[in-house]
Amino acid sequence: MFANWPLLSLLIWLPILGAIPLLLAGDRRPAAARTLALLITSVTFLLSLAMLSGFGASVAAAGTTDLGLLKNMHLQENLLWIEALNVRYHLGVDGISVALVLLTTFTSVLVVILGWGSVDNKVAQYMAAMLVLEGLMVGVFCALDALLFYVFFEGMLIPMFILIGVWGGARRVYATLKFFIYTFFGSIFMLIGLLYLYFKTGTFELAELAKVGLGAQEQAWLFFAFLIAFAVKVPMWPVHTWLPDAHVEAPTGGSVVLAAIMLKIGGYGFIRFSLPIVPDASMEYAWIVIAMSLIAVVYVGYVALVQEDMKKLIAYSSIAHMGFVTLGVFISLSLARSGNATGAAIGIQGAMVQMISHGFISGAMFASVGVLYDRMHTRMIRDYGGVVNTMPRFATLFVLFAMANCGLPGTSGFVGEFWVILAAFQHNPVVGALAAFTLIIGAAYTLWLVKRVIFGEVANENVAQLQDMDARETFVLVTLAIAVLLFGLWPQPLGNLMDAPIADLVKHIVISKGA
Amino acid sequence: MISLADILTLLPESFLTIAICALLLLDQFLKPAQRSVTHYLSIVALAVTGWLVLQQFGEPSAFGGMFVRDGIAILLKLFVLLTTALVFVYARPYLRDRALFVGEYYVLCLFGVLGMMLLVSAGSLVMVYLGLELLALSSYALVALNRDSPLSSEAAMKYFVLGALASGMLLYGMSMIYGATGSLDLGTIHAVTASSTQRGMLLFGVVFVVVGIAFKFGAAPFHMWLPDVYQGAPTAVTAFIGSAPKLAAFGMAYRLLESGLDGLGGYWQLMLALLAVASLAIGNIAAIMQSNLKRMLAYSTISHVGFLFLGLVNGQPEGYAAAMFYAISYALTAVVAFGIILLLSRAGFEAEEIADYKGLGQRAPWYAFLMALTMFSLAGVPPLFGFFGKLLVLKAVAVPGTLWLAISGAVFAIVGIYYYLRIVKVMYFDEPEQGATAIARPADAPVRMVISANALALLILGITWGPLYGWCAQALGITK
Repeated sequence: MFANWPLLSLLIWLPILGAIPLLLAGDRRPAAARTLALLITSVTFLLSLAMLSGFGASVAAAGTTDLGLLKNMHLQENLLWIEALNVRYHLGVDGISVALVLLTTFTSVLVVILGWGSVDNKVAQYMAAMLVLEGLMVGVFCALDALLFYVFFEGMLIPMFILIGVWGGARRVYATLKFFIYTFFGSIFMLIGLLYLYFKTGTFELAELAKVGLGAQEQAWLFFAFLIAFAVKVPMWPVHTWLPDAHVEAPTGGSVVLAAIMLKIGGYGFIRFSLPIVPDASMEYAWIVIAMSLIAVVYVGYVALVQEDMKKLIAYSSIAHMGFVTLGVFISLSLARSGNATGAAIGIQGAMVQMISHGFISGAMFASVGVLYDRMHTRMIRDYGGVVNTMPRFATLFVLFAMANCGLPGTSGFVGEFWVILAAFQHNPVVGALAAFTLIIGAAYTLWLVKRVIFGEVANENVAQLQDMDARETFVLVTLAIAVLLFGLWPQPLGNLMDAPIADLVKHIVISKGA
Repeated sequence: MISLADILTLLPESFLTIAICALLLLDQFLKPAQRSVTHYLSIVALAVTGWLVLQQFGEPSAFGGMFVRDGIAILLKLFVLLTTALVFVYARPYLRDRALFVGEYYVLCLFGVLGMMLLVSAGSLVMVYLGLELLALSSYALVALNRDSPLSSEAAMKYFVLGALASGMLLYGMSMIYGATGSLDLGTIHAVTASSTQRGMLLFGVVFVVVGIAFKFGAAPFHMWLPDVYQGAPTAVTAFIGSAPKLAAFGMAYRLLESGLDGLGGYWQLMLALLAVASLAIGNIAAIMQSNLKRMLAYSTISHVGFLFLGLVNGQPEGYAAAMFYAISYALTAVVAFGIILLLSRAGFEAEEIADYKGLGQRAPWYAFLMALTMFSLAGVPPLFGFFGKLLVLKAVAVPGTLWLAISGAVFAIVGIYYYLRIVKVMYFDEPEQGATAIARPADAPVRMVISANALALLILGITWGPLYGWCAQALGITK
């Protein structure tokens, strides 16, 4: 029934336009603002489920013989936006994007519910910013035109800037400016790269850019332009320093969105831009990215170990986990080039599963810290201890998420990391061993966090007076817990969803496009 | 020999001249309380002139090629008129509060507009100079409008001395070019420079012309007058000289460099490239340190001029179209920024220190929102209008050979982000200062509606900028 709807446009514009009545209503009726925001995000989520209905069949309907990367793109909408520059409003989703769009719409519902109680100040504006952010993020994952992608990619910074700056913690201004300037810094070089590609091809269509032949020198420049943009977004070591600040200062909802969705845009960008457009340069410089990823997983893991602030610890853990994503993507490239298509597919699958799973787990971890923060108004680990005695339900779920964060089999955290490590061993046993080694560090900092916060004697008066979670908080965390377990025990549907586009991507990147 | 066709071609300019004279006379007989008549009649005069421009009576050129009316001239004139009308609307409450609500303001601004209209239509060196001087002399007087303010007088003096120097440079360069080519007609100069091999004197002239242009634009390192003038002039005047003349400056640069000296492109393009990078660097870096919003916007103008120059350096129609689009987008954005300063100022209080904007998000949420849109647009964040101007300019230089310019443009755009965001930060993230009262809304709703429409247009044009760029491209003869 949804076949003829402009479903993707609806997913993008419903939240964005839905923010307008919220903004106009102002602060007068916070309850109504919350309800409306919940309604909009829920409807968007339900609509996004409809995307799945047509999946499985190939999109041969487009009618041309040479479908390239568009072969797997469903629900395409292709309108001319700016005639003079041949910029198109071209949307479409394949398995890779669908997974991320679903993650976005799903998380947005939870974020609105989370903000229900913890945000009392300027509720309508908070919800409006979240809605705009949701629409723009969906747009990023659906855009098949590079300029359209860029507009969504950058536009996203404005609501996030406001979210951190207005509802954030004590050093929010520093954090939000750092966040904005860092990300802007990264992406403007990508813009120049895209303009150069436009100069070569006369189009911003991703599918066309993937086809154009480029010399080694050109590819190298473009590769680094993309690398700066997406490395900042992921974020990779050494450009990761904005993330801990942004996370610590952001309100809980902002942290969840940042960790669960925004970081994924970096990984997604590598898969959509770097690999298909500049495969040879990506291959040649893969070692740089692999090295940076390994540093992220090992070194940043150690950094996480010494953190005293829970949010900071989880932020560093996010960087380490996102290191697996970039590792998987670039290892696959070298595997694909050495003829191991199966290994390559496993690597990219692993990276994708890791992104989705990290979306749930880090979102859940930040939400959990938010639950504690709302009660104690401190994020310092030393202020806690023995929370299990006063908040048993919370403790149960928190331990589950911590286990998932360590990559315990049976949780979604295991699947992605396992696949990436599997691919890494095929690439180079040393890299594989190093990556595997980090599981131990991950377990160390996560379990130590659990030990200090959750277990032990009740540490102080404040902890003794803690109330366990109310129904709203329980609902959010239980939903996330179900997701974590579901994808941990039964990752196959997710894998199936992405099989076809990943297989085609691997076929595509094997072919050198040197001109 | 003046023919009827010539007069018809110049009908918009002639009408405006007559209207100004009539206003000047009429104003003498008005009581101060009736000053609004002058205000409204000025806007009507601008509207009628715009209508006449659109009608395109007469021929594409008049007075033997002295005056040309091509797509560029029409488009630039329309936006000059529109921007000026917006300035008039925003300036009224400000002027009224300060005993500056006088006919001279309108008459001088309109003379400036007339100068700009002649400048962008110039087909000969004489016309360029006449238009420019008409604009410049009106501007000097406008800056000194508040004659009791020492800051204003100082700014006007500085502006006049440096402006006169720049005019001298330009005139000297023009005389060199005349000496080398034997003609004042830009078309003839174009033909001669394209084929001439004796370039010594021509080059000498080009250097002086470029310096003159850079002075008038306020491009670094010839920017010294600009921050003082922006800060010292009454804000109503800053709003005028900070917006529409940028369009005229583009027109002047196009006429002199492309229509006239295209044959020497290789030389002036390099000069413009260096001026562009210097302006980007100095404008953006100096703006960071400012505590006065008008002064910050002045440095921001310098950086935008740098961006605009980037569009000119390739000497390609696409680049000119991008620069023109950039000028239009800048004028429409800057006028909102100055408009908000005008509307937030009250009698005895100039809302021009950045600290005055602390907590504006709480005190006047709607103005804060409009200001934030403007700042994001100036910073070049999509999906706002300003981004697409930058995009087009960067597109023009992101080609082999000038990639370094694209990269320096990008780097300084990042620097620029900081000070624009600082305004947003001050408005939204800082608490209002002790004693800062809620800002009284200006009594007249129409003013509020116009500025809201103008600011929201920055968002809407960010999504639908296609037709506007189409017109720019069409004006420059780019066929798709």
